[in-house]
Amino acid sequence: MLRKIRITLATVFWLLVTWLLVDFTGTAHVYLGWMAKVQLMPALLSLNVGVLIFLLALTLLWGRIYCSVICPLGIMQDIISWFRRKKFKYAYTQARTALRYGMVLFTGAALLLNLGWLAGLILPYSTYGRITGTIVAPLYKMGNNLLAQLAEHYNSYAVYEVDVWLKSIGALAIAIITWGIIAVLAWRGGRTWCNTICPVGTLLGLLSRHALFRPVINKSRCNACGLCERSCKAGCINSKNHSIDLSRCVMCGNCMEACKKEALTLAKATEPAPSVAPFGKNAPRKGNDNKPNGAKDAGTRAQNKPQNKPMAQSKPEDVVAASVPETTDAPKRKPRRRKPRTTGEENTIDSGRRAVLASTALLAGAAVLRAQHKPKTTDGGYAPIIKKTAPQRQHRITPPGSLSVRNLQSHCTACQLCVDACPNDVLRPSTRLSTFMQPEVSYERGYCRPECNRCSEVCPTGAIKPITIEERTATQVGHAVWVKELCIPAKEGKPCGNCSRRCPAGAIQLVPANDKYRKNEHGRWIGPDGKQIDGRLVPMIPVVNIEKCTGCGACENLCPVGPQSAIYVEGHDVHREI
Amino acid sequence: MKQINRRDFLKISGTAATGSALASCGVKQESAENLDPSGQHTTELPKGKMTYRTHPHNGDKVSILGYGWMRLPRMKNPENPNEEIINQEEVNRLCNKAFEYGVNYFDTSPAYCQGKSEESLGIALEQSGRSRDSYYIATKLSNFSPTQWSLEAGQQMFENSLKYLKTDYIDYLLLHSIGGGGLDNLRKRYLDNGLLAWLMEQRAAGRIRNLGFSFHGDVKVYDYMLEHHDEYKWDFVQIQLNYIDWHDNDKGRDGEYLYNELVKRNIPAVIMEPLLGGRLSKVPDHVVAHLKSRKPEDSVASWAFRYAGTPKNILTVLSGMTYMEHLEDNIRTYSPLVPLTEEEARWLDGETANLIESYPTIPCNDCKYCMPCPYALDIPAILLHYNKCVNQGNVPESQQAENYQKARRAFLVGYDRSVPRLRQANRCISCRECVSHCPQNIDIPRELQRIDRFVEKLKQNKL
Repeated sequence: MLRKIRITLATVFWLLVTWLLVDFTGTAHVYLGWMAKVQLMPALLSLNVGVLIFLLALTLLWGRIYCSVICPLGIMQDIISWFRRKKFKYAYTQARTALRYGMVLFTGAALLLNLGWLAGLILPYSTYGRITGTIVAPLYKMGNNLLAQLAEHYNSYAVYEVDVWLKSIGALAIAIITWGIIAVLAWRGGRTWCNTICPVGTLLGLLSRHALFRPVINKSRCNACGLCERSCKAGCINSKNHSIDLSRCVMCGNCMEACKKEALTLAKATEPAPSVAPFGKNAPRKGNDNKPNGAKDAGTRAQNKPQNKPMAQSKPEDVVAASVPETTDAPKRKPRRRKPRTTGEENTIDSGRRAVLASTALLAGAAVLRAQHKPKTTDGGYAPIIKKTAPQRQHRITPPGSLSVRNLQSHCTACQLCVDACPNDVLRPSTRLSTFMQPEVSYERGYCRPECNRCSEVCPTGAIKPITIEERTATQVGHAVWVKELCIPAKEGKPCGNCSRRCPAGAIQLVPANDKYRKNEHGRWIGPDGKQIDGRLVPMIPVVNIEKCTGCGACENLCPVGPQSAIYVEGHDVHREI
Repeated sequence: MKQINRRDFLKISGTAATGSALASCGVKQESAENLDPSGQHTTELPKGKMTYRTHPHNGDKVSILGYGWMRLPRMKNPENPNEEIINQEEVNRLCNKAFEYGVNYFDTSPAYCQGKSEESLGIALEQSGRSRDSYYIATKLSNFSPTQWSLEAGQQMFENSLKYLKTDYIDYLLLHSIGGGGLDNLRKRYLDNGLLAWLMEQRAAGRIRNLGFSFHGDVKVYDYMLEHHDEYKWDFVQIQLNYIDWHDNDKGRDGEYLYNELVKRNIPAVIMEPLLGGRLSKVPDHVVAHLKSRKPEDSVASWAFRYAGTPKNILTVLSGMTYMEHLEDNIRTYSPLVPLTEEEARWLDGETANLIESYPTIPCNDCKYCMPCPYALDIPAILLHYNKCVNQGNVPESQQAENYQKARRAFLVGYDRSVPRLRQANRCISCRECVSHCPQNIDIPRELQRIDRFVEKLKQNKL
């Protein structure tokens, strides 16, 4: 029963979180945004006290139910191992205590050093977000585009087409590698990742050891068949000595369903369960930190039983060694030794640097071109579209709401939710080492539209704080810089003014490109030859009022010059209100 | 157009496995020039019933339906998927069908279809196997660019036409679209360089059987050409005539004036834009009902073609037929032509014209003379999308409008579908290069700015 409820809840939760991560319409974000925000690490980073208290209480009541129901990465592993159609495929494993706490320390250190992305490499929600956002979301969008073609055929506007593009090779590589590692671990040993690498799992494990309700083995009923142990994907049940490592148990309920003797039940604890001591080397299997006099519950006491006397009466002091001679009931098995896998960190740094190098090379190689003005002799056809390339910005641009480069860098765990949510194709994972895979703003494909604040709405970690549309249009994330050498009116003496016309902030005015053009006393334009000319034909160059410019990038994106725009945005390290 | 809701749509999409293949064709049909959305053709196509008009001077028997070789069916270039080319196979099919039902006048230009129209017509005529004297070829001297204003360039253009059309004479040769740029432009293109004189020599030599001109724009140029009729001896003149433009404040567009000037001089008229590039077939539902209530079985387009074909001094009515349905519908209308009664004609150019003009559409006929835009915009697609939304009631006036949300979505989603983002109106820098090319005198940059301001208001929900 417990297991069925767990599976149902987990499936629903997992599907919805996944939809949230791949949705590009903004619908999911309105209704399901909270699903990202109840994830532990985002809540911790954004100091979401309500969620933290809720998760604390949840874990203190029922153990690591979070890992089974709320964490999408955990559920993903369950699904992967479910595909391995083999019953009773697991075995008890020793806790890798040093590794577990090492990973917690690593995460803490990375966050303190403002390297949120490094911590994000092993944090469960951002790992799942990255896998979904970079691998699944493009497929989802392609599917959508097929539907959109159908919709177009039927004159329906229900579904519309979206651009699918590779936002970052680095992030995709990381996602594939992490998925590969996790998939192999899950296939072979269930929740190995959660109980060795995942810092959230370890932190919750600290609490879950003191959970009020926990699975306990009723020793008087147990026939030591070992089914519970072999059904335990966390590898935390030692059926020989009837012990359960509660710090690793994810409360999946598999053991209770597997037990034919109804010896495993969810019971209230009156004392802390025996388990791995923090930072203890090779936590004992025998629960020697148990307080025998506090034992009132049969199940808890049962954990202290030596397993070669399954039906014997309780004798807490009676401690046996871990390796045991054959017992009659217990099936033969080799306790499998697993070397804990390292994460893909080495790869990360490597491919990150490579991506940086690659993009620099691309920039260097991009020659400055512009639409060829061939004299028009025939009708129809299109001039080619010149794709924009990103300018070499001295200062990176971060999305409105992120407050500052520093705030984003220290809070963001690179889950890619904002990157996928951005409807204007402005956000993409950074390729710089210090901010690897964290969102970065660039305007080659679109610009930060004045009516949009979606990234700020979806960000669960407080890296991009929620802001209203009004605040968003008053937030200055950078300012526009004019490149005289590229600007059409300055260079060719032809009128343009597109940046000024499209500036949502009205921060760009136009002035004559040179003093050969002036207005006479009647306000009419006089050309170089001293004759009156049509004002629309006067070449005018843009002048930016830095105080009004928000750095939205409309000018950069809509500038007719390519591949490098004649006006572009430099970011501000700290955002301000204008 | 059939409206479906989301649920129906999902149902349909679930079952239509082949749908995606069809989807792309659907788009094309949207842009069909004169496909009547509710037209029904249940009867057999009448053969041998085509109406012919006789040229008053040389006795040419010309089918009242002339084939405009401009809006040809296109397809993706198999070698370069980013490029569209003429679907010659389909063009040949259309050509053969046209011949079969009596069409014998084909009108092309060196400028049409990115310069590929003449070649395509040459191929189609050759494959038809018809003898050269069984049809009439009309082509033009389309020297629009200042780089083509020399006599030599003009002569070269004419020789190229002969080469592409695989013939040694042209039946009807036109000075192409005079009027734009005024008299000054006319002088530079044809008079000062001696090109017109040379063309008259070619006429005398039999390489040009009929010499005429097509006109759009400044009426002074039209008047000038007709005043000099004694000198130039125009064999025919091509004008725009349709029931919307029969009365127009601009004399250069006023069909009644242009036509009657020709009648006075007994110069036969060739009619272009009888359907305004589909604007008179893709009309709002309200207008469809208005026309259909009078003759439920006739297509919407048929009214425009009967209107253009009724006056006696008209030699042929040109139609750029992209699809077989266009061709068949027009064959029906003209096999034979049932002339409009006086009352019907006034009903069209009065009441019906007013009804259509009460919709604030932009008078773009999708002729693509403005293209290619140097800044890569798709100008006609933007204007046509706007017109489509006007006609379908998807241009809300304010957020208070009853259907605001639905119309907003239809406009914005439809905009991205009709025009790739990088070719949309917000890319227009107002260089004004297109303005002089538009035969309808649309201030294209101004319209594009207006449409873009509207799009911005829709996007920001600030209408």
